[in-house]
Amino acid sequence: MAEAETQGKQVKPILPFLHISDNPDEKPYLAGSKCKSCGATYLGARMACAKCYSTEPMEDVKLSDKGELHVFSIVHQSAPGIPTPYVAAIVDLPEGVSVRCNIEGVEPDPKNLKFGMPVEMYTEIVHTDRDGNDIMAFKFRPAK
Amino acid sequence: MREVAMVGAGMIKFGRYPEKGVHELAAQAALLALQDADMTMKDVELLASGNLYQSSAMIGQRIMKEIGQTGIPVINVANACATGSTAYREAYMAVASGAYDTALAVGSEQMGKMGLLGGGGGGGGGGISPEGIVGSGLMPAVFGQAGVEHMRNYGTTEEQFAKIAVKNHKHSMHNPYSQYQVEMSLEDVMNARTIAWPNTLYMCCPTGDGAAAAVLTTMEKAKQLTTEPIKVATSTLTSDPYTERDLTMPDVNTLTKNASKLAYEDAGVGAEDLDLVELHDCFATAEMLHYENLGLCGEGEAGKLIDDKETYVGGRIPVNASGGLLSKGHPLGATGVANICEVYWHLKGQAGGRQVEGAKVGLAHVIGLGSACTIHILQK
Ligand SMILES: [Zn+2]
Repeated sequence: MAEAETQGKQVKPILPFLHISDNPDEKPYLAGSKCKSCGATYLGARMACAKCYSTEPMEDVKLSDKGELHVFSIVHQSAPGIPTPYVAAIVDLPEGVSVRCNIEGVEPDPKNLKFGMPVEMYTEIVHTDRDGNDIMAFKFRPAK
Repeated sequence: MREVAMVGAGMIKFGRYPEKGVHELAAQAALLALQDADMTMKDVELLASGNLYQSSAMIGQRIMKEIGQTGIPVINVANACATGSTAYREAYMAVASGAYDTALAVGSEQMGKMGLLGGGGGGGGGGISPEGIVGSGLMPAVFGQAGVEHMRNYGTTEEQFAKIAVKNHKHSMHNPYSQYQVEMSLEDVMNARTIAWPNTLYMCCPTGDGAAAAVLTTMEKAKQLTTEPIKVATSTLTSDPYTERDLTMPDVNTLTKNASKLAYEDAGVGAEDLDLVELHDCFATAEMLHYENLGLCGEGEAGKLIDDKETYVGGRIPVNASGGLLSKGHPLGATGVANICEVYWHLKGQAGGRQVEGAKVGLAHVIGLGSACTIHILQK
């Protein structure tokens, strides 16, 4: 740990909207932005509202870590180096935002997945980049 | 806007041409279309060339270096899978606007080995791709999910999706331009390995190279060339409007629905007037969705449409008589022009064993994710 710090190494998010706090007691969360004019909520930041075109700065929102499975596919063949099979899903969050994600914690078989099933987000380190930084990803699993 | 007619179509058999440059494939198709129109490059006033993977390689100009450098304006177009049909639209607009009388549209592509798995992904922290870790942005998963959404909404089954592939592979048997011409049973399709559920291998378009071309001119000139001119009744292009999930889960439906509404209005025809449709079946699941998006049946009725074999040649509304992308192949930049050529041949009565008898009105639809949707309606 001390060595990583001296070399300026850190934990980086795999996508910019995964918010990782400097405070280790705070859980990482998905960051969203909400249009003050029409209420449309987006994953990550937007320069202006895609729905109502308002250019008023958006409100930062912390998105829920619990949602519902909207749809999925079981990917059996992908680009080289990507392990298969896995569940590629779309999860709806209560803020009106959808998230593209993997569903872990179940065998990748359609019979194990139900439309609307409750799922929860968790994070894990999935890679170390060439500078030695840990790359953190978010995933979803059936809610306990 | 002036009335525009299509007077020439050309296409090479889709497949693998590793020994050739993509501009050579494109030039071959261009020559075929010009011959069909009884023209040479001397008659062409504008060239629109669609190519996606080599969009910075000035393919349009390289075509002219093969078949005639007349110095005319050339537009190189890239618009995902709608690249070729967008080039066609540029040629159409050039003539319709009154700026040019005759324009040539060429679509071409060399896919390499990766095909539809080649793009996508990208954009991760520290150069790490999120693909396969944070869901999938690649086409197989996207169109798998889109099909699963239809299952969720309407109870559509794996078998119904598979039936679409059975139909298109059967149609391909009569299309010499098709990359694959292999008839398959429902069992063959369903027992093949899964690529991204619910699509199996034979429910996904193959990877290949190809080129297609079309000559467009004013209706006035067309009438001097032929007694049976084919009118381009509409050339419609849309992008995706805001929809709630679209930023995460590409919405392949809304922009097609918007395009079909605009296209039917512009052409003054309805879905009920169509004699045939060539639509964008990059995956079997996609064709199912587009039955409804194009108004060929009501919402939620697409499964029944294929169950009743209404989209077979000989059925109420034949879809993808060419064998579709599933058999014919999907060289991205060529696809959109090839779909229009297919409709053209049917209206001219030149579609051989797959001919839809007495076809007078046909629709060609293409969607590129990201997204772009084109609809062209040709009319005899
Ligand atoms: Zn807004």
